[in-house]
Amino acid sequence: MPTFVYMTRCDGCGQCVDICPSDIMHIDRVYRRAYNIEPNFCWECYSCVKACPQHAIDVRGYADFAPLNHKVTVLRDEAKGTVSWKIRYRDGRVKEFTFPIRTTPWGSIKPPTDYRAPDAAALDSPMLAHEPEALMIDTLPSLPPLAAAPG
Amino acid sequence: MGLFNARRSHYVDTDILVVGGGFAGCGATYEARYWGRDLKITLVEKANIERSGAVAHGLSAINCYMGMRWGENQPDDFVRYARGDLMGLVREDLLFDIARHVDATVHKFEEWGLPIIQNPETGHYQREGKWQIMIHGESYKPIIAEAARKSATQVFNHIMVTHLLMDSARPNRVAGAVGFSVRDGDLYVFRAKAVIVAAGGGSHIFRPRSIGEGAGRTWYAPWSSASAYGLLMEAGAQMIQMENRIVLARFKDGYGPVGAWFLLLKAFATNAYGEDYEAAHLEKIKAMVGKYAETTPMPTCLRNHAMLEEIKAGRGPIYMHTQEVLDTKEKEEIGWEDFLDMTVDQAVVWASQNIDPKEQPSELITSEPYVMGSHATCSGAWASGPEDCAPADYQWGYNRMTTVEGLFGAGDTIGGSAHKFSSGSFTEGRIAGKSAVKYVRDAARNPPDVDEAQIKRIEAAVFRPLEHYRIYRNEIVAGSVSPSYITPLQGLQRLEKLMDEYAGGISTFYVTSEPMLKRGLELMRMLREDLDQLGAEDLHQLQRAWELRHRALTAEAVLRHTLYRPETRWPGYYYRADHPQLDDREWHVFTASQYDARADEWHMAKLPVYHIIT
Ligand SMILES: Cc1cc2nc3c(=O)[nH]c(=O)nc-3n(C[C@H](O)[C@H](O)[C@H](O)COP(=O)(O)OP(=O)(O)OC[C@H]3O[C@@H](n4cnc5c(N)ncnc54)[C@H](O)[C@@H]3O)c2cc1C
Ligand code: SF4
Ligand code: SF4
Repeated sequence: MPTFVYMTRCDGCGQCVDICPSDIMHIDRVYRRAYNIEPNFCWECYSCVKACPQHAIDVRGYADFAPLNHKVTVLRDEAKGTVSWKIRYRDGRVKEFTFPIRTTPWGSIKPPTDYRAPDAAALDSPMLAHEPEALMIDTLPSLPPLAAAPG
Repeated sequence: MGLFNARRSHYVDTDILVVGGGFAGCGATYEARYWGRDLKITLVEKANIERSGAVAHGLSAINCYMGMRWGENQPDDFVRYARGDLMGLVREDLLFDIARHVDATVHKFEEWGLPIIQNPETGHYQREGKWQIMIHGESYKPIIAEAARKSATQVFNHIMVTHLLMDSARPNRVAGAVGFSVRDGDLYVFRAKAVIVAAGGGSHIFRPRSIGEGAGRTWYAPWSSASAYGLLMEAGAQMIQMENRIVLARFKDGYGPVGAWFLLLKAFATNAYGEDYEAAHLEKIKAMVGKYAETTPMPTCLRNHAMLEEIKAGRGPIYMHTQEVLDTKEKEEIGWEDFLDMTVDQAVVWASQNIDPKEQPSELITSEPYVMGSHATCSGAWASGPEDCAPADYQWGYNRMTTVEGLFGAGDTIGGSAHKFSSGSFTEGRIAGKSAVKYVRDAARNPPDVDEAQIKRIEAAVFRPLEHYRIYRNEIVAGSVSPSYITPLQGLQRLEKLMDEYAGGISTFYVTSEPMLKRGLELMRMLREDLDQLGAEDLHQLQRAWELRHRALTAEAVLRHTLYRPETRWPGYYYRADHPQLDDREWHVFTASQYDARADEWHMAKLPVYHIIT
């Protein structure tokens, strides 16, 4: 279901252009507003819809199998840590859902350099960063040497 | 060309280069920084790592988690499961290695803020099935992208990588990569001591079921351009199991996932007459694959086979009876979130076709085939295994190094290790990241060098489609029909048609044979010649041109591997009409190919399958 942009709401800020994983939201040179240049390569991932500050982007089901007059709209609120969906059926029924998206503040991830540096010898061990503690078991499993012989 | 001398070239020198900012690439970047505090680590991505790759929407489940802390599964259980699902042919060392580390990755994801749903009774993570746990995963990719940004020296978004660079002194050693900015068309030359390719698997190799606008709704993302394989094969890396393409049974058109419905909500599928059809086909399946038919759970491909037999017998459509299982508000939310977090289009199919899953069933169908290594199939690079548990034949370099020195892979890139999914791909990225740091430390004395001639040759190739279009555009009045060039979309549709018709696509019910594959190879050779006459109108089209080249090389590997394996190993994924039986006596092996780009020759081989887990 490709995206489309409402003429009256878009101010050409380009955030949708920056986020689209398919590189298909582009600014129209005449109208200075965004539009979908290649609907047949739109996966309907809604990344642009979620990123648009003006709520100027909507999605209409793929023409080859989706009848008209439906809407699936989304509001993603990073501050509240939720995403809310509103589904309006072709026959007018409405369903609404809200789900959590994150339990910690945005930007709060501890960089790997904030952990004590591993000693050089550890580079040769099979253990990865934060192991074995992060495994929440005592030791990293390994195979008995016999089993490693060609089968 | 006057028009293009305004283009600038940017030279970036780095210790480690990660190509592809998806799940494996972000994992590689994080781990490389942990072990290589002083190293320059550069991440290059064709889109924007915030939402790029197969997890752009998010996901509703993590499909690979052992739960060792609660004694739920052990790594060797996981190896047996994957081995059973792939009809015996997996790299058990690579799978064991991922499984023993993946829980630590998932616990970090939770610490970083990914909401993992808890089972109220047990307090453990809410299981979907034996291997999957349920998450509120809308922001899954932005969260791991944050971790990657906090690890990389520099992230380059909107750079389409087209080639790997090789060491001028040692031809089988990688020295970096080349790409162009899809924003301003500048050339980017990355010189690196180690390269980790995590550029994902391939959609749009076979003709999709949906047409027109719907072609965007492939199951795997339309931007999954098989660049992991295209880049590696052009550099001469050995690939395995490229015939092991995947076919998915999913909700029709929207391709919504079925895992939560079958495993968690316990919904069931029937033919159009409400009959449970799988049991009816078991005997015939045993005749084809013998003992593998008794594997529990039934291998994915065999479940596809039973569905296909029903549809061919005219007893379709196949229905998933959602209305039988949504008896509580909470279950209804699970059903809807399963799609809204991962494949929104399925919700749109329901809304646009007035389908309320509480009241009526939804149709299932098998998709066109895809080529990847991180989901349920094993296509990808032959990689050196973990030093402490891989058999000697599986070790020649550093863990997850390919057969090209200094060139590492992770996620869809690596073959033989299916069922890693998102958490396992991130974990395999971490494994490759640590190995790359070790390699850079050990190889510190002689960094690779790149000669100007190689860069000039690649630069000319990168921008040829733009220049070709400029020259021949004036030959015609207007429009897209030219005698002198094909557009990337025209080339892609030609590729998809020949793969569909000759390599076992939907139009033959996944059936192929030696004569068909050979005809496919003839058409493929002419297509690959025509790819030198691609015309690209703008930078977006230039990106599509290079995605097509990576897909075409991958597709040729699929044809050659499918031809090389004279048996039907995975009925339900594809069938060799001329070799309908599974042949464990001769073909309990990996198929391997090595492409020599200079001579344009393919060297096929068998590689041993060792069972190190009893
Ligand atoms: C529909 C669907 C449902 C899934 N469901 C689940 C699930 O429920 N649970 C689960 O755990 N996993 C699931 N997966 C699997 C998971 O998404 C993959 O296993 C994982 O994303 C693979 O990681 P990767 O890094 O190999 O590829 P990706 O994550 O796709 O990353 C590849 C990256 O490389 C970039 N790239 C590609 N080509 C180039 C190039 N030429 N130059 C520069 N950059 C490039 C891409 O833009 C992308 O960022 C699902 C996948 C799909 C498609
Ligand atoms: S993000 Fe919204 S307002 Fe900005 S250019 Fe795109 S559609 Fe227009
Ligand atoms: S829905 Fe996704 S693929 Fe389609 S235009 Fe928006 S960001 Fe791009």
